[in-house]
Amino acid sequence: MDLALEILPQVLVEGIVLGFMYALIALGYTMVYGVLEFINFAHSEIFVLGAFVGVEILLMLQSAGLLAVVHPAAVLLLIILAAMVVSGLAAMALERIAYRPLQGSPRLVALISAIGASFLLQDGLRLFESLWRNTFYLTYPTLDFLDRTVPLAANVVVPVKSILVVVTALVMLWGLNLFVNRTRIGAAIRAVAQDPDTASLMGVPVNRVIATTFFVGGAMGGLAGVLFGLHYSLVNPYSGFFPGLKAFTAAVLGGIGNIPGAMLGGMVLGMLEALAASYLSLATDGAFGAEYKDVFAFTALILILIFRPKGLLGEKVREDRA
Amino acid sequence: MTRFLAPIGLLAYISGSCLLAILYPQSVLAFLLFEASLLLLYYIPAHAKVKSTLAALVLVVLMPLLGTINGYYLEVAIQIGIYAALALGLNIVVGFVGLLNLGFVAFYAIGAYLWAIFGSPQANAFITGGGFPLAPYWFFIFLVLSIGVGALTGVVLGLPVLRLRGDYLAVVTLGFAEVVRALVNNLDKPINLTNGPRGISPIVKPPLFFRPVLEFFGLQITDAKLYPLYFYFLVLLVVCVIILVTRRLESSRIGRAWKAIREDEIAAAAMGVPVVRMKLLGFAVGASFASAVGVLFAAKQVFINPESFTFMESIGVLAMVILGGMGSIPGAILGATGVTILNLQLLKGLSLWLNGLRQSGAVLTLPLLGSYSLSQLPVQFEPAKYERMVFGLILILMMIFRPQGVLPPRREQRK
Repeated sequence: MDLALEILPQVLVEGIVLGFMYALIALGYTMVYGVLEFINFAHSEIFVLGAFVGVEILLMLQSAGLLAVVHPAAVLLLIILAAMVVSGLAAMALERIAYRPLQGSPRLVALISAIGASFLLQDGLRLFESLWRNTFYLTYPTLDFLDRTVPLAANVVVPVKSILVVVTALVMLWGLNLFVNRTRIGAAIRAVAQDPDTASLMGVPVNRVIATTFFVGGAMGGLAGVLFGLHYSLVNPYSGFFPGLKAFTAAVLGGIGNIPGAMLGGMVLGMLEALAASYLSLATDGAFGAEYKDVFAFTALILILIFRPKGLLGEKVREDRA
Repeated sequence: MTRFLAPIGLLAYISGSCLLAILYPQSVLAFLLFEASLLLLYYIPAHAKVKSTLAALVLVVLMPLLGTINGYYLEVAIQIGIYAALALGLNIVVGFVGLLNLGFVAFYAIGAYLWAIFGSPQANAFITGGGFPLAPYWFFIFLVLSIGVGALTGVVLGLPVLRLRGDYLAVVTLGFAEVVRALVNNLDKPINLTNGPRGISPIVKPPLFFRPVLEFFGLQITDAKLYPLYFYFLVLLVVCVIILVTRRLESSRIGRAWKAIREDEIAAAAMGVPVVRMKLLGFAVGASFASAVGVLFAAKQVFINPESFTFMESIGVLAMVILGGMGSIPGAILGATGVTILNLQLLKGLSLWLNGLRQSGAVLTLPLLGSYSLSQLPVQFEPAKYERMVFGLILILMMIFRPQGVLPPRREQRK
């Protein structure tokens, strides 16, 4: 039991980091679900794309010998912004190419197209990296100051990169909240989510609002990708699958279409996973270990859908087509 | 007039392409031409009896003949058969009932592991007595048993989740498949049920009960030659049974109820269709097909591990159904044939060709771009590894340009 208590703070930190990561990805799912009522299955690849943009820029800076010279904060800002812009634009392109032609067709059709887009992007990224670097398993260059640790309490040390994840995510979530609730375009997004036909009658340019939603959701995904890369350092074109699926679980857990819900769902799922990964083996005397954390997340999804299909904070989707 | 001419023409085509495939046993093209005869057979105007005779000629006589000349063709044919059976099962769930099941491979895995565990020494790890592997004739008992087990798992999963909205259902089934895969991957401790990532082998093959008959006719065939033929006919039999069952179901009350649910769930419920029960039935039938095919797959492969049951596999089968046309039996078979040939033959062929080019060090001269030595082509670039791209392209392009598939069901065509 002592061991359990001893590792608890570390586990909580891990859970918070995971939670913010899931929350950022979940926003992309939930916002798109809000306006279009469909699961953007390729969002996990948008997330990975962000991670790849980050690692490519870092590797280029490294080979140019600039990584040691430029101020680390500037480097971070550069890769975060670049990843957000690239991922956002990719999400917009995806919407334009794979989803918009399908508007008005049954939901299953759009979902299948999204799955196809997800697979296509995975291998597209792999193809690009194979031709470009002759490998598609990339490692983030080490940034020294990220690996430093900050002591928080007697036996709790927090790496700087964890703090970076939390702070960046908080700033972005706060910004997103302002964007959705205080700006004209945010109001338009909410209007389209509520009723696209009426919104269109009121002069809201629905297609442009949908494109904006994809951009914002994609940018959040790209940001999560860079943070994922900085934190775990290994990325490959397929590393988006599990985070994506779990983030979707988080979105459903919080109530799909509900932005604060996605944040809450992400936190809860992250915590649950960190706790399961650390304590399952302790609780069962090593019979079941951390390898069951994915099982935990999916079982959670199935249970939520059975007992509380509208999520913790209630879903915000229109009823007509549901 | 065409009713008589067409079958004769087709017969000429079949014998021609078959001869071509015999003369050029390495040629993918000849094999493709031969395979295409079945598609032509579907299209030509002829009496049903004539058609089925020709189909039997191709499948029962010519295909095994080709297989004895070039074993690889038979391997491809078996793979096509297995995928066709899976696609037919998924076709019921996606095509008839209109439920998107992204975890179809889970049921396939359950069937495969069912036979793998008891048809190999693996079961000795948790059942004392050393009575395993079971004798070969148990294979047939397990084939029947797996239908029940598959249906049961389908119902157990379906009961809680079938009330969900369609897209939620897709993700839950996906999650379920990942849970099943994680379980088979990790259940080598505390009790060694599945032997984890190392997989299970050797798995017992079905019995050669007809050996005395062959010997009576003076046929001496080695086991290595006989098993592929045997599996070919087993797979053919299973596919035929599945087609028969699916056709009967489709035109029954149940099939009409499924399609009513697919078109409009609320209207179907208002008309007295027991929606949840019918959905469950569809789910269970699809699952039972998949798990029966799984038993066959395990026996054919002799070795299985969790790698064979990834999400990719589910999407592959989905791509087959979508390509052929949701709700269409010939479509599902065509989709399975097309995607399997693409994966097994075309992409692999392309990989080999590129490798050859790379080793030969040929130089490509492009106008404006200058010359490029192909030996510089990155070794990581291998077309055979890009199945996902193929599946992805199939899914997107089909959804945008032809959502009803290549061979849409006849009833829908008439509208």
